[in-house]
Amino acid sequence: MASLQPETVSRPVLETRGLTINFGGHVAVNQVSCAFHAGTLTSIVGPNGAGKTTWFNLISGQLPASAGSVRLFDEDITKLGAAARADKGLGRAFQLTNLFPNLTALENVRLAVASRHRIGHVFWQMASRRRDLTDRAAAYLEQVNLGRRADDLVANLPHGDQRKLEVALMLALEPEVFMFDEPTAGMSVDEVPVILDLIADIKNKQNKVILLVEHKMDVVRSLSDRIVVLHNGELVADGEPAEVIASPIVQEAYLGATADDPAEEA
Amino acid sequence: MMQRLLSGDYPRSRALTALLLIIGVSLALGPFLFPGVRAFSMLGMICVFIIVVASYDLMLGYTHIVSFAHTMFFGIGAYGVAMATDAFGSGYGALLIGIGGALLLSVLLSLLLGLLSLRVKAIFFALVTLAVAFAFLSLVTQLYNLTGGEDGLAMRVPRELGPAFRPFDEPWVGFDLVGFFTGLFSDPAGAFQNALFDVRVSGKHLMYYVAFVSAVLVFLFLLRMVNSPFGRVLQAIRENEFRAQALGYRTVFYRTAVVIVSALLATLAGVLFALINRYVNPENTLNFELMVFILLMCVIGGMGTLYGAVVGTAVFLLAQNYLQDLLKLLAGGAEPGSLLEHLVGPDRWLLWFGLLFVLSVYFFPTGIVGQLRLWAARRRQRRAARRPVADQGEQHHAS
Repeated sequence: MASLQPETVSRPVLETRGLTINFGGHVAVNQVSCAFHAGTLTSIVGPNGAGKTTWFNLISGQLPASAGSVRLFDEDITKLGAAARADKGLGRAFQLTNLFPNLTALENVRLAVASRHRIGHVFWQMASRRRDLTDRAAAYLEQVNLGRRADDLVANLPHGDQRKLEVALMLALEPEVFMFDEPTAGMSVDEVPVILDLIADIKNKQNKVILLVEHKMDVVRSLSDRIVVLHNGELVADGEPAEVIASPIVQEAYLGATADDPAEEA
Repeated sequence: MMQRLLSGDYPRSRALTALLLIIGVSLALGPFLFPGVRAFSMLGMICVFIIVVASYDLMLGYTHIVSFAHTMFFGIGAYGVAMATDAFGSGYGALLIGIGGALLLSVLLSLLLGLLSLRVKAIFFALVTLAVAFAFLSLVTQLYNLTGGEDGLAMRVPRELGPAFRPFDEPWVGFDLVGFFTGLFSDPAGAFQNALFDVRVSGKHLMYYVAFVSAVLVFLFLLRMVNSPFGRVLQAIRENEFRAQALGYRTVFYRTAVVIVSALLATLAGVLFALINRYVNPENTLNFELMVFILLMCVIGGMGTLYGAVVGTAVFLLAQNYLQDLLKLLAGGAEPGSLLEHLVGPDRWLLWFGLLFVLSVYFFPTGIVGQLRLWAARRRQRRAARRPVADQGEQHHAS
């Protein structure tokens, strides 16, 4: 697959510098420095407990860093909360489904659209009057094949649909950085291509940063421009997919282990 | 028109619509339908507490913020105007000073509480509000030079809002609804005549309608608010605050805003209470018992629906005021000294009161409104299942 490597090496959109967090004595992410440029899809692989999701949490602000910094468009955002970071363009789809269970699927997406349009404070206008936002939300639902489920409560949706909705929420935020955390985990085989096509679509049409935590190596191989390997909280390999996958450290330690164990990471 | 007024949030149940209409008409024409001082004062209390409970529901039902300081803000409003008129006389100027001061104090305190919720979450926040409310209560009791302590303050209302003001020389005619229906049994022919009664319109009636109109306006305002984009964010925070943040909503801002709005409305209700009741003391404004009653009204009516606030308030205050009479009626038929008489004696009313509410919460966990809507939704579903295609269009309108 052709990738859009930036010709003139521009400044990175997103960068982590020596990013570290320790829980008590345990260092879950240790001195991870990595820069991401627009128009590239980077896969993050590594065995369970390698610190992939924790690293994501540090980037999108769910966890505070113990040391190091996160920079977005050359601005230090390490001290900002999750909401402020989302506002600046960090989009996150969660690994464990994390939605608004007693609202409809459409309302879930509309909340993301409303956030993108910064109208959350509007208290004098009926939400239903903003047809434009509702239509946009409906369009995003269509994109993930959930159009028919618009009026269902999220709590009543099957797991796979909730995963798709999770992705729709991130799309609706129109972020600069897309962070997918195992977007296809727990999905049935015929649903997986919908999400993968979506990711490929974002990659091909928008000049954004895409980060993908994924266990399925075939997916990683076909989509990635670059692969980053984490192990015990440290960055141990980083480079072109072919080269990283071929490297002895990955061959030995991870590919065998992860291929037959696509389960959740703690 | 209706769509705009109700912000698209219809009752969605025929029984509920009927119930709301009955409550609405009873309140709108109340002084002319129910004779007697007691009924009149209860109508006023229903209007006041609709504001209190609806604003509480904004926090509890829509945003899942549990606060026990709601009566504090209610008390600030009531004491604000009572103390101002106590100091500066019964003019409108004094009233405005009182209202302004009370609102200011409420904004400050609620801002502090709201920002506090940044650090202290859920049950701990509730405990902090409880502590603050108790501190305020003891402050009011201690500062008896200003507040009258346990004795409270008599409120001096402007002449136009008090009983001495008589705008009309001739009495107006009222129609005693309850008397009419009971009269139908005893004396069908004269029932209509006997039900007519004189209403000597006074400033108290004006005051009642000030409270009634305030309640209607506050209700419609809140209905708009919870159905706005802002209201949706509140529901998102209720459902999953973590995710709301990840979507870019600074939830502290929203929570603080809700706490402030809710406090301001409670303050307003306190002002109305002082003006109607014309007597303010810790017992009737700041008491923890009152706080529990507000919570109960909210839960019984149905949390997370503003209609629940209206229904819950009306049902609760009716029961509180008239359960004793009902028991007296029942006990009258029982043998003196029998177990039955002991059980339904008028002084056992609190027992039945409590039992009633335990049962209602047990069987209607979503409150009266939630339950009525659930039944209506099930009925619609059944009907839709029976006539799958033909009815779809009409269905949408009906709902």
